Amino acid sequence: MAAVSLLEARGLTRHFGGLKAVDRVDFDLAEGEIHALIGPNGAGKTTFVSLLSGRVPVQSGSIRLKGRDITRMPAHARVRAGIAYTFQITQVYGALSVFDNVALAVQSRGAADLAADTMAALARVGLEARADQVAGTLSYGHQRLLEVAMGLALRPTLLILDEPTQGLALAEIAAFKDIVRAVVPGATVLLIEHNMDVVMDLAERITVLNFGTVLASGTPAEIRANRAVQTAYLGG
Amino acid sequence: MRADRGLFLHLGVLAALLALHVLAPPYHHTNLARIMVLAVYAMGYNIAFGYTGLLSLGHALFFAAGLYAAGLLVYHAGAGAPVAMIAGVLAGGAVAVAVGLLALRTAGVAFMIVTLMFAQAGYLTILYFGAWTRGDEGIVIPRAARMLGGLDLSDDNTRYLVALGLFALALLGNLALVRSPFGRVMVAMRENEERSRMLGYNPFTVKLGALAISGLYAGLSGAAYGLMFGYVGASLASVQYSILPLLYVLLGGAGTVLGPLLGALVMFYLIDYASSLTDAHQFVTGAALVALVLFAPRGILGTLRARGLRWLP
Ligand SMILES: Nc1ncnc2c1ncn2[C@@H]1O[C@H](COP(=O)(O)OP(=O)(O)OP(=O)(O)O)[C@@H](O)[C@H]1O
Ligand SMILES: [Mg+2]
Repeated sequence: MAAVSLLEARGLTRHFGGLKAVDRVDFDLAEGEIHALIGPNGAGKTTFVSLLSGRVPVQSGSIRLKGRDITRMPAHARVRAGIAYTFQITQVYGALSVFDNVALAVQSRGAADLAADTMAALARVGLEARADQVAGTLSYGHQRLLEVAMGLALRPTLLILDEPTQGLALAEIAAFKDIVRAVVPGATVLLIEHNMDVVMDLAERITVLNFGTVLASGTPAEIRANRAVQTAYLGG
Repeated sequence: MRADRGLFLHLGVLAALLALHVLAPPYHHTNLARIMVLAVYAMGYNIAFGYTGLLSLGHALFFAAGLYAAGLLVYHAGAGAPVAMIAGVLAGGAVAVAVGLLALRTAGVAFMIVTLMFAQAGYLTILYFGAWTRGDEGIVIPRAARMLGGLDLSDDNTRYLVALGLFALALLGNLALVRSPFGRVMVAMRENEERSRMLGYNPFTVKLGALAISGLYAGLSGAAYGLMFGYVGASLASVQYSILPLLYVLLGGAGTVLGPLLGALVMFYLIDYASSLTDAHQFVTGAALVALVLFAPRGILGTLRARGLRWLP
């Protein structure tokens, strides 16, 4: 492919005791793509993206973002360098207002107009009318959207979404797909997702993890046709 | 635009304190001056504990840094009160940063213990250099050295107004801080450190910044206390003075701008009243605190904020 590489991981490894959560993974992201990361429960998806975002320290291997080695860069510095992570288990600030949640993301990148940029990020996920509400009182689906809005508000070059549609209603999932489509090609999206409809709809490329290693990588059509993936994951 | 209720409330409190200058009987007048100075200390404590979530048991060290920087400069070097005041503020901030650089590598209970140890070391240092500090006995600062510009700090009226001036500065500064972007980040750090890190904030530097501001407040209060009440002694650096602001803040409402003043006020008069009733006044205050933690763990203003006054800063 002629696409420009945004991120490359080589030999990325993280073991927990004897458990090989992520084991010598090579992985490439092209600029502006939506790339899905799939695999059975416990395959190591969250651990893998945690290595990319810096939440979990790398044991061995290397990560490059636009050619720059970020393997040892602390998590907060990686966020400033353009890698945003939205948590699998929603972690909004429950005691703060919806506005403050997003404003924290906006001011982190040093926005010129805090209020306007915050409201704009809320509008992208349709939460602008709830800006004054206490985040902890939002419905579960709205909290997930708020989490996404915080990621968007960082204006990342790479947005990592960890199972963003988990627990969302069908209508909410449809709206969510539109939100993600609007992110590219200005930014790149790495999407961990169990819902195969969402994956097949959105992703241009898919990487399948199993037992901490890459089982397959390719276009949706290639992945669908892959025998090994079918046995391990898609259930034949 | 909606009227700024928070600002009006705080200006109203300052106006009431000014009115009390004229209205309060002499006994309460002196008490209030002391309460305002201690409230500045508690406000500083609240910035670290109430807003940023740093439960320190060693703030007496920062208070003492201000107290002794001012007191020793005046007493031994013949410095004027303005210089001593500024030196006190800076000493509080500098000591807080120095302690923070080490203590902030820990969190939770370990942080409590490390800050407690630092303060204890500071207290023992003061006793060790008794030739300079006169240890427990302390230094009495002569009236002539307690002149701030043309103001005589040993005069009751002047002292009250200077205390009010410093308190107003600290209060409005505190209000501006918690409404600023950095104030929002302090609260974010308290609410969820991991989340804040993943928004690009370095927890260490944010906490160090908050602790530094907290130390500046404690230093200001310490310096003002020494110069206004003319006494600089090691008892003011003891662990009791680390617990005091914690109690004020818990009572008034952690994470509210007016909580430290209210807590200091209520606690002061509670102790005052209890000691007039019984020798066991510490028992009465202890019981009051247990009741507070059981029935209103958010403190007075924290409870009010939860019950509908959401706009309370
Ligand atoms: N901090 C940790 N300590 C020990 N083991 C861990 C830790 N984090 C993850 N693991 C283990 O590593 C393996 C991979 O976990 P991970 O959360 O990365 O999987 P996942 O693919 O995200 O799963 P899911 O689809 O359920 O979210 C699991 O067996 C998990 O129990
Ligand atoms: Mg996971």
